[in-house]
Amino acid sequence: MSTVAITATTEATATAPAGGVWPAAQLWGVVLVVPYVLVFVVFVLYPVCYGFWIARRPETYVNLFDDPIFARAIVNTLVFLIVGINLKMVVALFLSNFFVQPRWWIRSLAVLFILPWALPSIPTILSIRFMLNPEWGLVNAVIFRLTGDDGPNWLNDPTLALALAIVTHIWKSLPFWTLILISGRLAISKDLYESAAVDGATAWQTFRYVTWPSMRTLYLTCTILSMIWTLGDFNSVYLLTGGGPADLTHVLATLGIRYLRLDSVDLSMAAIVVALPLVLPLIYFMMKRLSR
Amino acid sequence: MNPRAIATEAKLLLIGIPVFLWTILPVYHMVLFAISPKDSAFAGNLWPDHPTLNNFAVVLQQKHYYLNHFWRQLSNSLVIAVATGAITLFIATCAAFAISRLKVRGGRIVMNLALFTYFIPAAFLAVPMYRTMGLYGLLNSQWALILAMVTLASPYAIWVLKQGSDTLPEELDEAAYVDGASALQLFRLVYLPLMVPSLVAVGTYALLLAWNEYLYAFLLLSKDTEVTLAVALGNFLAADDSPWELLMATGLIYALPPAAIYYTFKRYMVGGLTEGAVKS
Repeated sequence: MSTVAITATTEATATAPAGGVWPAAQLWGVVLVVPYVLVFVVFVLYPVCYGFWIARRPETYVNLFDDPIFARAIVNTLVFLIVGINLKMVVALFLSNFFVQPRWWIRSLAVLFILPWALPSIPTILSIRFMLNPEWGLVNAVIFRLTGDDGPNWLNDPTLALALAIVTHIWKSLPFWTLILISGRLAISKDLYESAAVDGATAWQTFRYVTWPSMRTLYLTCTILSMIWTLGDFNSVYLLTGGGPADLTHVLATLGIRYLRLDSVDLSMAAIVVALPLVLPLIYFMMKRLSR
Repeated sequence: MNPRAIATEAKLLLIGIPVFLWTILPVYHMVLFAISPKDSAFAGNLWPDHPTLNNFAVVLQQKHYYLNHFWRQLSNSLVIAVATGAITLFIATCAAFAISRLKVRGGRIVMNLALFTYFIPAAFLAVPMYRTMGLYGLLNSQWALILAMVTLASPYAIWVLKQGSDTLPEELDEAAYVDGASALQLFRLVYLPLMVPSLVAVGTYALLLAWNEYLYAFLLLSKDTEVTLAVALGNFLAADDSPWELLMATGLIYALPPAAIYYTFKRYMVGGLTEGAVKS
């Protein structure tokens, strides 16, 4: 028995020197990896295939493109991604430089600053929604007190409502990206900043020639990852505007639920299939980056 | 202080004060509503004139139509979050150990499938998942939500654990082997103790993900006694004359445990997240 085991071991180490020391390693490996593979097959692979099957008929796509709400949702999603994410990342980059300043009050503020990320989104987004209520919301109460005029009906105007959904999204996820960029910023050698100061560099020059070159790759990765996650951000839109007014603020993430409510699952799946050319390159980019 | 230093401090304050207001305002508004009597909250006051804990008493005693099942829903949230955390931890630890230490054949493919799942926007998978849960006969069972959350949480969990596990030295395995340990003994006695920080990060991540989840929860569960507190909060939106002050009090109770957990494990969370989310 033991001889067999030893031969098997030498063979295993010969073929795979980096691991598999145990004779039974492969067997145990399979046993241990099976639970996840099962979860993947039953709850990812099968649903995805089923989804494609539901969305297989060409008429579905004709109906989908005939629906003005779908076109509007695509535009909204693009605005959300292009304007919202870039705005958020620029602010996060700016704040990452602010939060590394050595001051006691900035350290305390940093602890507080994480709060939007640490709290669940439902109560906080609903709180923002009430703040914006035209009749008794806090925002319009303040506007009335300061100007004596009634404030706008924030969530009843499609453009304003979408803008506010983007603001809500930024409020919620800004801390996370700032934290990531702070860790990137802290990895830059302090000597570089000291020599820049000695050379009399301005704040902009320091950023342009010291901070940015080291942060560029991280910043790009963060932007792409944030775009992928934002495509799945259901809460910021659904809980704030519910897709309204008149279904004009839907994004791809909420559109699926709208079609489900209308009892057209095929449209809901087709909308996702149509979005794949947008999503897959982003996913491919991230996979390349992470599996290096 | 020379004038230049004062100017720098002023500039920092000019950034710090707006950041403070921006961060705190929605949270302050939530607390303000939660501790105000109904008429005062709706008058648009910036400051609680008559702070009261009455709203919390109403919530805790379930004395409102919307809150008939408050305690039940709170415990549903807890059970689902804990189950998701435990099952994710189990599945992900096993898979990461098999891929990283035992170098199981096809491990790279499994890792890539997991990563791919991690990058599918969660809302895109919701409708197909909802339909298949129906086919499996799991709809309206809490298992549907637990399994869905495990599906969403385990890819990232496996990835973080694999990253952590890859940094353990190869010699450990060889030494354990020379000492006559079996693969499972290596797993139990060497691997698990060394991985504790990553395990804490991953378990907390899965737990919070499930506790905070809204979309999947409202799709997969529907009975008032079965839903999580997240869904119950969303149900307040059903009517225009909802008791917002009670909603905010309930929301505060719902928000406190995850915030406390987050701040307690922040060291682990931020480390794991930075490592996991982005590697430049």
